[in-house]
Amino acid sequence: MSGPVTTAGAGSGRPAKAFAVSPRLETVSWVLLGLGLLAVPFLGSVYALYMACLIAINVIATVGLNITVGYTGLLSIGHSAFLGVGAYVSALMWLHLGTPLALNMVGGAVAAFLVGLVFGIPALRIKGVYLAIATLAAQYMLYFVFQQWTPVTGGDRGLSLPKIDVFGFGDVGFYYVVMAVALLTTLAARNLFRTRVGRSFIAVRERDYAAEVLGINVVYTKLVAFGLGAAYAGAAGALLAAFLRIVNPDQFTLMVSVFFLAAVVVGGRASTLGSILGALFMTMMPELLRFLLEAAAGPGADMAGLLSPLREIIFGALIIGFLIFEPRGLAGLLRRALGHVEEVEAKAEH
Amino acid sequence: MGGTLLDISGVSVAFGGIKALSDVSLGVAPNKVTAVIGPNGAGKTTLFNVVSGFYPANEGAVTFDGVDLLAMPANRRSATGIARTFQNIALFPGMTVAENIKLGAHHLLRTGLLAAAIYLGPARGEERDITRRIDETILPLLDLGEYRDRSVSGLPYGVQKRIELARALVSRPRLLMLDEPFAGMNTNEKARMSQYIARIVAESDLTALLIDHDMDSIMTMSDHIVVLNFGRVIAAGTPEQVQTDPAVIEAYLGEE
Amino acid sequence: MSLFLEFSLVGLASGGIYVLAALSFVIVFKATNVFNFATGEMMMLGAYLFLLFDIQLGLGWGAGLLAALVGSALLAIIAERIVLRPLIGRPHIVLVMVTFGLASVFRGFAGLIWGPNVRQLTELLPRTPLFLGNILIPGKLAWGFLAAGLISGAFIVYYRFSRAGTAIRATSTDQVTAESLGINIRMVFAMSWGFAGVLAAASGIIAGSVNGVTPQLGLVALNVLAVVMLAGMTSVGGVVVAGLFIGWVETIVGAYLGAAWQSFIPYLIVLLVMIVKPTGLFGEQRVERI
Repeated sequence: MSGPVTTAGAGSGRPAKAFAVSPRLETVSWVLLGLGLLAVPFLGSVYALYMACLIAINVIATVGLNITVGYTGLLSIGHSAFLGVGAYVSALMWLHLGTPLALNMVGGAVAAFLVGLVFGIPALRIKGVYLAIATLAAQYMLYFVFQQWTPVTGGDRGLSLPKIDVFGFGDVGFYYVVMAVALLTTLAARNLFRTRVGRSFIAVRERDYAAEVLGINVVYTKLVAFGLGAAYAGAAGALLAAFLRIVNPDQFTLMVSVFFLAAVVVGGRASTLGSILGALFMTMMPELLRFLLEAAAGPGADMAGLLSPLREIIFGALIIGFLIFEPRGLAGLLRRALGHVEEVEAKAEH
Repeated sequence: MGGTLLDISGVSVAFGGIKALSDVSLGVAPNKVTAVIGPNGAGKTTLFNVVSGFYPANEGAVTFDGVDLLAMPANRRSATGIARTFQNIALFPGMTVAENIKLGAHHLLRTGLLAAAIYLGPARGEERDITRRIDETILPLLDLGEYRDRSVSGLPYGVQKRIELARALVSRPRLLMLDEPFAGMNTNEKARMSQYIARIVAESDLTALLIDHDMDSIMTMSDHIVVLNFGRVIAAGTPEQVQTDPAVIEAYLGEE
Repeated sequence: MSLFLEFSLVGLASGGIYVLAALSFVIVFKATNVFNFATGEMMMLGAYLFLLFDIQLGLGWGAGLLAALVGSALLAIIAERIVLRPLIGRPHIVLVMVTFGLASVFRGFAGLIWGPNVRQLTELLPRTPLFLGNILIPGKLAWGFLAAGLISGAFIVYYRFSRAGTAIRATSTDQVTAESLGINIRMVFAMSWGFAGVLAAASGIIAGSVNGVTPQLGLVALNVLAVVMLAGMTSVGGVVVAGLFIGWVETIVGAYLGAAWQSFIPYLIVLLVMIVKPTGLFGEQRVERI
């Protein structure tokens, strides 16, 4: 236990919704945000549309990883490999079967779920950090497959995809599709934790033997939670493939997995809001960094050599810093800034 | 005894070379309060853990209402109607009181992954029903209403003990196993706890099996007492019989 | 056949490097129960520190070596003090994640300071190849193996018989009892990280003087995980056997199937160990008390 323990007056309202900000203001701000997102394509900025799509895709993947790492307490450090499975499978479906995006996405998610089980089943039968090791194995073994299975995956050059055109609206149509998927998957994840399913994930995280006594099959629950995280990654990967129109092994390295882990930790473990904030922050951060470096060094300077190591330092430092100083992440910071009195103070501590 | 609900016969458990239980047999009669007492290290909690499925028994059999428990994985046993509490309180600290209690009803609820993700419809209805049942029956019964939406982690010890009781109770158990319900309590709190347990047993038509080493509370509330020492049953009977049993007196005096 | 023997010896020799790195990992895991994903990066930094002190600061290889080992120990102790100490008592997953973050920071700093390209270290190890009958072993590898063997041996002896080693072993068996016996747990934690720093650095310097150093050296060394899994995570003796074995497998696989397979096979072994014998070949079963 660490961090300040703040306790509200006894018996005051429902903590999860007890914003000091009035509920109406909260609703209004959500509506405004929704309208803002709808309006992005009308800004006329290709860059804004691009970033918005990227953020939404990263939100999906982060929400998934948060189910595994944040809510269920299972450390997965190979998330990007499952993104890769989704990307490759959906790209192959598209190229060889000509199936529509929606189906490719489902295919990518299912494939990632199944591949996740291949690595999850050996590891999750046993207590301990074995999943971390198994997911690291997934990271390297799947990268190997992506890179070496040239006849199927195209090797290092990867696969190129034709441009997608959603309802004849081009990039704008695609943007709305990505937004809708992000919204629905995030809502679905949020809903899980209003029911016995999500509660069983948290119970397994917090005290597995007590969960067992209550009738929860701990191994099965861990598998579902981990598989679900992988499936979210698979769906995000499918969208990423359609978005970038290229799939190659170097999009799915360990560093990308660190990126998503950082997004979960920075945003806030076991929090939907945290997943959104984390993905937003982490996607913007490298852009900001590049902007700052260019501003500092003047245009034309070669910053590529600096950018990559700086990014690694910042990703790592963010993970360390938030774990030590703000275990509830940006979501916790935001709530506190809004005057939200945190009663469930142990929520982020697992 | 008119039949037994839980029947433990000839159970032995060894950890490495150390025998924690040797040939322990006892029967728990339905709708009665049975207590297992004994000094620290007598094997009481080990016995509970065998019934819960955490430790395998090297020998012997445990049947619950005719069902062979030892052949059943730990997580299936709650569905047969067994609930328990833990000596060192095993609540989920990151959740509210209400959520903790709801987890007790896990095996009664049916919502699957897909229904949960959609939430509208059956999942929501089920959630509303269980919330209502907890609000209307469980919380008032144990005077937990005021803590409903608090995190369990900051709450007083006695309240946490009650929450654990509530979590066990919400699963509609036929057998309620209480591991040291009076541990770490003062006289006042012990009296309150006894009242709660008595109230539950009376109102919920259930059977209780409890372990403790607090003689006074046990003697007043139990119908049948089994005394363990060094992993063996050294006496069994009504409170009066056990109280005057020389072996029991020696075990307790020898301990002090 | 003689080619196979040659590959085998080369493999065993490179396994010596894994033994050292895996010992670094195991010592931290045993004493502090932290699964240190930054072990590989500690290797890498050790090699770069040697480069720094020896060539860049011109101390020469003797003083440079000493400075690199001491520097690595200090760095590891500082990392423990600043990053891990505040997290004591927090959930296990947090402690693992934080070493992952640490690894990323280390990698980033190495890239920033020394750049992404391969840097060559002073050739500490003689190049003259060693002939065993008509089998040739590259000199660097043979001497590297000898060095790794000597350091590992010295460490294992020290760990078994010194007061410090005993304190670490006692702590790994039962922290509470160790503390009640007057063992300073914090000291043990710091000490085990210090040792881990030295061992990792030694391993990194040997690896670096065979193949050069890049910021990615630590990632390659993640194969060490296969070693510790196979050994059972807590077995100091098992690490020696498993390290040599993984080194051997890796080289044989690289020789006959191609270098790309070298990052695949060790992880396949990891998965197989999990399926067949999760406690590893030499690991101890831990009984859980409820």
